[in-house]
Amino acid sequence: MKGNEALGEAALRAGCRHFFGYPITPQTELSAYLSKVMPKVGGTFLQAESEIAAINMVLGAASAGVRAMTSSSSPGISLKCEGISYIAGSDLPCVIVNVQRGGPGLGGIQPSQADYWQATRAPGHGDLHAIVFAPSTVQEMVDIVFRAFDKADEYRMPSMILADGMLGQMMEPVEFPEREVHKVEKPWATNGHKGERKHNIVNSLFLQPQQLEDKVKERFARYDLVKQNEVLAEEYLTEDADIVLVAYGASSRISRSAVNSAREKGIKAGLIRPITLWPFPEKNIQAACKTAKAFLTVEMSMGQMVDDVRLAVNGARPVYFYGRTGGIIPSPAEVLGQIEEISGGVK
Amino acid sequence: MSNNEKQLHIIVGHYGSGKTNFAVNLALELQKQGNQVALADMDIVNPYFRSADFTDMLTQKGIRVVTPPFANTNLDIPSVTAEIDALLELKDTHIILDIGGDDAGAAVLGRYSQKIKDRGDYEILYVINRSRYLTQEADDTVQVLREIEMASRLKGTGLVNNTHLSEETTPEIVENSFAYADAIAQKTGLPILYTAVRRDLLPKIDAKGRELFPVDIYVKTPWQNF
Repeated sequence: MKGNEALGEAALRAGCRHFFGYPITPQTELSAYLSKVMPKVGGTFLQAESEIAAINMVLGAASAGVRAMTSSSSPGISLKCEGISYIAGSDLPCVIVNVQRGGPGLGGIQPSQADYWQATRAPGHGDLHAIVFAPSTVQEMVDIVFRAFDKADEYRMPSMILADGMLGQMMEPVEFPEREVHKVEKPWATNGHKGERKHNIVNSLFLQPQQLEDKVKERFARYDLVKQNEVLAEEYLTEDADIVLVAYGASSRISRSAVNSAREKGIKAGLIRPITLWPFPEKNIQAACKTAKAFLTVEMSMGQMVDDVRLAVNGARPVYFYGRTGGIIPSPAEVLGQIEEISGGVK
Repeated sequence: MSNNEKQLHIIVGHYGSGKTNFAVNLALELQKQGNQVALADMDIVNPYFRSADFTDMLTQKGIRVVTPPFANTNLDIPSVTAEIDALLELKDTHIILDIGGDDAGAAVLGRYSQKIKDRGDYEILYVINRSRYLTQEADDTVQVLREIEMASRLKGTGLVNNTHLSEETTPEIVENSFAYADAIAQKTGLPILYTAVRRDLLPKIDAKGRELFPVDIYVKTPWQNF
């Protein structure tokens, strides 16, 4: 299946019956797919008049307690940021997909990873976070959609799936395992009190500063739980690695190819692949410092995740960066060249 | 095999059924047989993984490649070049048109449909893949063809059974697609003109009397190209 379609099908199977979107390359197949299949299962597919409208429809649907999703690509996500902030400020769960393309501005339609800072630092204004997932295969996109909905419900916060154009457009075999949809009680939902309970209010406006501070602190206590419990990363050949690459998404596939070639040449290279970008797998990075003489972060950007790698390494080892941007994907040969250069320096 | 008296080969099908990879293989095969060959990337819906990616390789082999002016750039414009009209005038050349997926992609053919019908010597090859989600059943696959025919204002003339599951393709996956292809052939009245099989799998497949068309894999992900 095509990555974008797999995201759509997985959302259906995860119990999502409310999708609001607006087309943008290279993400459009996701909405196109759901526009075809959502009506067949009695769900709501709505192409909104804009990205801003779509994210606010997600806010409304999530308020009513249903699983809601929207998807877009980089420029469209910027438009959604206001709504994402309101969703986080209202403690609502939802899933937002970003199939990244080149930026800034209108940028381009080729794959990119230049929205890392936006996703992990400021998916909207205010003190807030989204749980950010970074799949690297079409199969993993499917698995992560389930997880993204579950975790959003569990922590009452938005989940973001940070894919890229390559993952969205490529075809890979995929399996949809039979999975139970986790039903989470949502006593806060504004789904009609039927005269049986007090009415619920979903809101991000707090008139008293103290009230707002208390609310934000309570939210950050939940973020701490997310940091403790929800970090995901995959390690590949890191046990004895001299040079540890750090890469996510499509860059991690390139890096893995480069690591394999480096090993064939007798260079002990390994790869840490963050699966959650927020929270970031800093403990994996720190543990790798035991053997690693140097780190190499590979991204389709001018260097964004490398900040988190440097924070985790905290000066203990040199951290190098290699990236291409503007919609250009680094080639395995280019990354291998970087590994060889660093390995020449650290021997 | 396809009737070689037909000079215009138009490749349509569901998204991701393998149209581009088949188109590239067909171009190379026709050229090997000593023909003049031209391949046009007429995909107006898919931004990546398209015939334009193989322009250098095909051009070096002497195959003329026509691509939309903005293919593989950052401009998201569904455009076709006027060169397509010139191409359709050629009489001594095998012309392959690689069309975008589904009815959305096939819409590009609409404006050329009369010209194509006037030429007469054309075939509309419908690429099918049983491993592809949403076209795993014969009825669904026929439905996609009908949508393509409606959008392109042209009727399908033959089937290309291109059933595969990428790197995970097994001989069984191919063999189990024969009955599926037969069912589609029966429902549509179209002949199965090609049964495309990855070259290395050929000796392992019980073709059950079918002629197999060996294909090499050109459409790859960046990490498969080292």
